[in-house]
Amino acid sequence: MATDTPSGAEPAEQYNFDIVKKFAVMSLVWAVVGMCVGVWIASELAWPFLNFDSPYFSFGRFRPVHTSAVIFGFGGSALFATSYYVVQRTCQARLFPDGLASFTFWGWQTVIVLAAVSYVLGYTQAREYAEMEWPIDILIEAVWVSYLIVFVGTIMRRKQPHIYVANWFYLGFILATALLHTFNNLAMPIDLFSMKSYSLFAGTQDAMTQWWYGHNAVGFFLTAAFLGMMYYFVPKHAGRPIYSYRLSIVHFWALCFMYMWVGGHHLHWTALPDWTSSLAAAFSILLLMPSWGGMINGIMTLSGAWDKLRTDPVLRFMIVALSFYGMSTFEGPMMSLKEVNALSHYTDWTVGHVHSGALGWVAMISFGSLYHMMPRLWNTRMWSPRMIEWHFWLATIGIVLYIVAMWISGITQGLMWRSFDEFGNLQYSFAESVAKMMPFYAMRAIGGMFFLTGTAMMALNMFMTIRQGQRENAAAVAGKLAHA
Amino acid sequence: MEWLTWFSRPENTKPLALIIFFVTFIGILIYVYGSRKRGQKLESYRDIPFLDEQDVNKDKQ
Repeated sequence: MATDTPSGAEPAEQYNFDIVKKFAVMSLVWAVVGMCVGVWIASELAWPFLNFDSPYFSFGRFRPVHTSAVIFGFGGSALFATSYYVVQRTCQARLFPDGLASFTFWGWQTVIVLAAVSYVLGYTQAREYAEMEWPIDILIEAVWVSYLIVFVGTIMRRKQPHIYVANWFYLGFILATALLHTFNNLAMPIDLFSMKSYSLFAGTQDAMTQWWYGHNAVGFFLTAAFLGMMYYFVPKHAGRPIYSYRLSIVHFWALCFMYMWVGGHHLHWTALPDWTSSLAAAFSILLLMPSWGGMINGIMTLSGAWDKLRTDPVLRFMIVALSFYGMSTFEGPMMSLKEVNALSHYTDWTVGHVHSGALGWVAMISFGSLYHMMPRLWNTRMWSPRMIEWHFWLATIGIVLYIVAMWISGITQGLMWRSFDEFGNLQYSFAESVAKMMPFYAMRAIGGMFFLTGTAMMALNMFMTIRQGQRENAAAVAGKLAHA
Repeated sequence: MEWLTWFSRPENTKPLALIIFFVTFIGILIYVYGSRKRGQKLESYRDIPFLDEQDVNKDKQ
């Protein structure tokens, strides 16, 4: 089994693995923290007494803490870790330069902590996935430009003439995120010493800018970047090259081109001009082709070696992630159709869709990649392969419970909200639809608990693996000294 | 500079953008799949993730 085989980690002087280790550890810390908060807010909806009548515990303040901790803390740190690892190994060059890479680590962790504290204290721009107020946005800008310099600088000093496709996806993600973050957060502070600012855009334009950012955050941060992860770690872990390199090139360019247009589908049936959201829906449908092309490319990498799935839980994480990628990239275009959107929008169906992508694709491919990478970084093997099996099943059951609960509650909501009686009045009050949701909110919270338990198990397994690696390395050094 | 106003009209720029992007996309497809020799070269890059280990193995030997 590949997880049990420690491979030769490079000597420290050849590659900068110290920064990769730091980001990898923090990605697990933020995964546990962010998912804890997620389970807490899911439980608040099922059992409202958990709000404790305090603004500091309220859903509205905790929700961005959850999204920021899991997207930017867990996902972001996993991306920093894997991109620094992949770019060094595929370019066969050390990171450029060490000091700036270290700044990206401390800067990024500061961003996450400041964001969480500011949300709990009630500071927010009220822009989804970009709730941070302007001083934090400026720090993000500085970190991100540094990240770009480190990544491009490393590519420029490569020994390998060709830039491997995983690096294209990572670079596309870095460039697009810089563009999105900058323009979505153009704002004027009311005072130099105040956290409050006002957006440079107004009304519908503001909404369009927000969703141009929001959907491209999904497209480039949560998709393209994790595809970079997939294009390196799936072939590497399976021990087989990617199914088709040429397909990966078409996948990259088609994805980058099409994603930029689809944000408008979040604003169907609003003041946004109809042609804009129709164009966005058309591009959303087109996006199905590159998305599925990429999924097939990843899955077919295992062609002829499917038996590995029976024995290797890490590979199972990766292939299930690709399956969820395929499923959510089918569901997304379908939900972007105006008729479907009229039923699904503003309901829990959207929440379920987001989590099938976030838990099923993003988290599962990250878990698989971290299980592959982390033991190699510490030059050891996983402390407990059994716990990886347990983690896989807990995560999978958790996702299924979550998505099924949200499908049922979302479609129920949509149908109740559009029901009329014989006089043309709304058949149900909003409170009646909320009451109907309660069993599904409890089911969702339980699904989240399953997923969180699996993640906590992974964190423990990794902690023990790192300790084991440190002990083995110390013993090896002591052995060498004794022989000398 | 009068001709620049032509670009300010959406009925002109929309089909123009369509042509530019469509031609670019077809160009990428032709580049990727149009030549057997180039195709073989592109496919050889699949092995890059494994080259690193080969170097390590050679060093160990």
